[in-house]
Amino acid sequence: MRGEFRINGAIKECEFAPEAVLAQVLRDNGHTEVKIGCNRGECGACVILLDGELVNSCQVLAATATGREITTVKGVGNLHEPHPIQTALAETGAVQCGFCTPGMVLAAFYLLSRNPDPTEKEIANALDGNLCRCTGYVKIIEGIKLAAERMRANG
Amino acid sequence: MDEFKTIGKSVEKIDSISLATGEEKYVDDFPLDNPLHLALLYSPHAHAGIVRIDTTEAESMEGVVSILHHGNTPDKLHTTAGQGFPEPSPYDSRIFDKKMRFVGDRVALVAAETIEIAREAAKKIEVEYKLLEPLFDSERAMDADAPRLHGDDAFAPIPVKYDPAHNLAAEVEMSFGDLEAGFREADLIFDNTFYTPYASHCAIEPHAAFARFDERGRLVIYTATQVPFHARRIVGRTLDIPIGQIRVVKPRIGGGFGGKQEVFLEQLVALVTWRTKRPSKIILSREEVFANARTRHPMRTRLKAGAKSDGEITTIELDCLMNTGAYGSHALTVLSNAGAKVLPLLNKVKNVHFIGRSVYTNLPIGGAYRGYGATQSYSAYNQTIDMVARAAGVDLLEFFKKWTIKKGETSEVFRVLGEGKEGVAQIIHSCKLDECIDRGAEAIDWYAKRGRRIEVAPNIVKGVGVACSMQGSGIPKVDMGAASMKMNEDGSFNLYIGATDIGTGSDTIMAQIAAEVLGITPDRFIVLSSDTDLTPFDVGAYASSTTYISGQAVRKCAMKVAEQIKEVAAEMLDLPIEGLFLDNGRVIDDVSRKAVTLDDVCYYAFYTSNQRQIAAGASHFATESPPPFIAQFAEVNVDIRTGRVELIKFVSAVDCGQPLNPRLAEGQVEGAVVNGLSYALWEEYIYDKNGRMTNPSFWDYKIYTAADLPEMATIIVGSYEETGPFGAKSIGEIAINGPIPAIGNAIFDATGVRVFEAPYTSERVWRRLKEEGVTD
Repeated sequence: MRGEFRINGAIKECEFAPEAVLAQVLRDNGHTEVKIGCNRGECGACVILLDGELVNSCQVLAATATGREITTVKGVGNLHEPHPIQTALAETGAVQCGFCTPGMVLAAFYLLSRNPDPTEKEIANALDGNLCRCTGYVKIIEGIKLAAERMRANG
Repeated sequence: MDEFKTIGKSVEKIDSISLATGEEKYVDDFPLDNPLHLALLYSPHAHAGIVRIDTTEAESMEGVVSILHHGNTPDKLHTTAGQGFPEPSPYDSRIFDKKMRFVGDRVALVAAETIEIAREAAKKIEVEYKLLEPLFDSERAMDADAPRLHGDDAFAPIPVKYDPAHNLAAEVEMSFGDLEAGFREADLIFDNTFYTPYASHCAIEPHAAFARFDERGRLVIYTATQVPFHARRIVGRTLDIPIGQIRVVKPRIGGGFGGKQEVFLEQLVALVTWRTKRPSKIILSREEVFANARTRHPMRTRLKAGAKSDGEITTIELDCLMNTGAYGSHALTVLSNAGAKVLPLLNKVKNVHFIGRSVYTNLPIGGAYRGYGATQSYSAYNQTIDMVARAAGVDLLEFFKKWTIKKGETSEVFRVLGEGKEGVAQIIHSCKLDECIDRGAEAIDWYAKRGRRIEVAPNIVKGVGVACSMQGSGIPKVDMGAASMKMNEDGSFNLYIGATDIGTGSDTIMAQIAAEVLGITPDRFIVLSSDTDLTPFDVGAYASSTTYISGQAVRKCAMKVAEQIKEVAAEMLDLPIEGLFLDNGRVIDDVSRKAVTLDDVCYYAFYTSNQRQIAAGASHFATESPPPFIAQFAEVNVDIRTGRVELIKFVSAVDCGQPLNPRLAEGQVEGAVVNGLSYALWEEYIYDKNGRMTNPSFWDYKIYTAADLPEMATIIVGSYEETGPFGAKSIGEIAINGPIPAIGNAIFDATGVRVFEAPYTSERVWRRLKEEGVTD
């Protein structure tokens, strides 16, 4: 079947199987920044924003997402214009292998859009659905805290 | 060491922004032109022979292109362990075998137009099995009547003891002193047995590989590997493809931890592509990563120690039984390190005996895993030391400070115990373990909490524990890394390294080392790593070798380039080379203060006179393996009624020599610690009675999330290792050794009860509390 997706502000028409999940359809259409670590909604590597809500895109049928607003990590910030969350994670050493990072960035983006001044515990709880095996999370929490400070300072 | 300009600075990891914006590519992110998708069929039986395999129906499905199994593939024995050649692991594996040795052993592979068709077709392969008695109990493996897993054709490619007739995959024995005399001298005897379970690496990127032909008909393999050069060699030798016809590329890798030091998917994509002339790819599911890839070898560790009443240990007898599962990947070397990386720590013990055996069972395959045997063995070692110190009435911290190895000292173990051969004698040049202990103790507030059994709430008791350990820095006289470098007109450099960055930041560290030598900033280096066509050789990312071994190769290479730059500058300035030095992008004459920039040097070398390319290559191997040292502290609250262990705080103080990049070094410690914490408290494989793993998912095999963290403190205690690049030792593995014993010792401190089997789940702790009458 075919459907139109609104991905990071651009409209893209994609062909996909009726049972296809959104994570795979996004990846098959060039959005390899959406990672798949388990395909079962357990690891959070594939999270995106769907109409502003944080979801595991491996658990969403692509057919239910047509016409809806999809934000991947590249919609938060890109190589040439990175978002403060991305630069703060880089500066604090929070990016090791980077496979979980797109999901972490989106989880942080979602948190900070609702709570611009979270405590460390609130940050940790907001990352509960995103597994990382490299960093031990310490620097990810530090990075998000730094990003929050900078975002508050810049309004 | 304040004179460094780049070393010791927390330079931002060079790929971090590109990773954080999702630009970087992992294996599964590369577009392929009409690839075949591969799905494996696995054995449902733990031990069985394949009597008949019928692929007719599967092959008749539309979209199925090829089906591989034992009847139509090369049957060359090899090991999947990605190690140097000849590998110290037994040759007991075939690409496909007719004997199935665990639930999850490979029966067949389907190559099809889509992954859905491949999976569907795999289900339609008819297999008739002859069931054999399975062997699950490693303690029984060597019994005369135990089922035998491997035939007489399996062999060890190096001269070591290997006895498949008795399911013995490896045996290591080492002795010095007089064990009996040591026990006679002792006033106290401690004889305890500890258990550490199977565990999964849980790199978030699953194992993945693809193959395609390049324009000239050479085979190109992209793979999520820690060992690209070993992968090329093993594929070539197993499939009889000339090594020169193969190119292995490591793109970004989503974590390894030892799990990707294993070559078991590359052969499949190589074979399918070689035969069908089409690209092919395989991506494991999470369930496959758990049940069919590699694991941490479980170990039963019996430690018998004799001590005098003042705590002096006279004798240590360490007996490790390691379960290597169905195949002997790393069976010898992980086992060796259970002694070699552990026993030198208390180097004043005069009488030591180590016996280790790795045995086959019909369970998942063991392999390399961060800590590599030391983690398993340190669990017993550090808890026994706690017992000795307590019995002698000595503070545990004072005990460690008194009896652990010091700078200028050695241990007989270094000389005697290597990996499948004798070890390498070495003197410790750098050790600040005492300072690690002191600073860690301060951070955990040891003396205010130790031995006080503070009841923080009704029935909830606080305890603190500590564990000390060491690791190595590469395998001495074995590991080799190489680098090459060339200069560009703007004073930038291409740096080509075999070293394999799997997320650790080694590309950045190598740039920092080169930058320090050439007096420029690390961003002047364009780093390309781990492409067998473009970069020189390196053994890969394992054995805590990259910083120490590959880093030294980069340093040597940069020094050669510096010499060439000075030669050109001397020519340009018409000054003797001896007075020239490099600083801040310039070559300066010490006397006249005349200078030329690096840009000028390269333009001159390319275009002006006596034209040449400034470029060099270098390689390095080491004759020593200086250990980093660590002291790790746990604070727990134990619920006496339920056995629940709440981890309050975890402190690690580590001596890794000169930290080249403190933030990245801390990140290595924090990552290893948190992996270790969930291994200590939660992680284990659970099997049904037929040997099938019942918890192959992150739902049922829980690893720590950010919300599970205790308060964490990481203290880098700098020292200077004269044999390392700018004073550095390793940091990648060591910090995973502490969590089990530090927490075990803390549980004892809180409750007076020793829990001998990890992980310390509430149930296990509660059972022990009940056994000891602490709760009812």
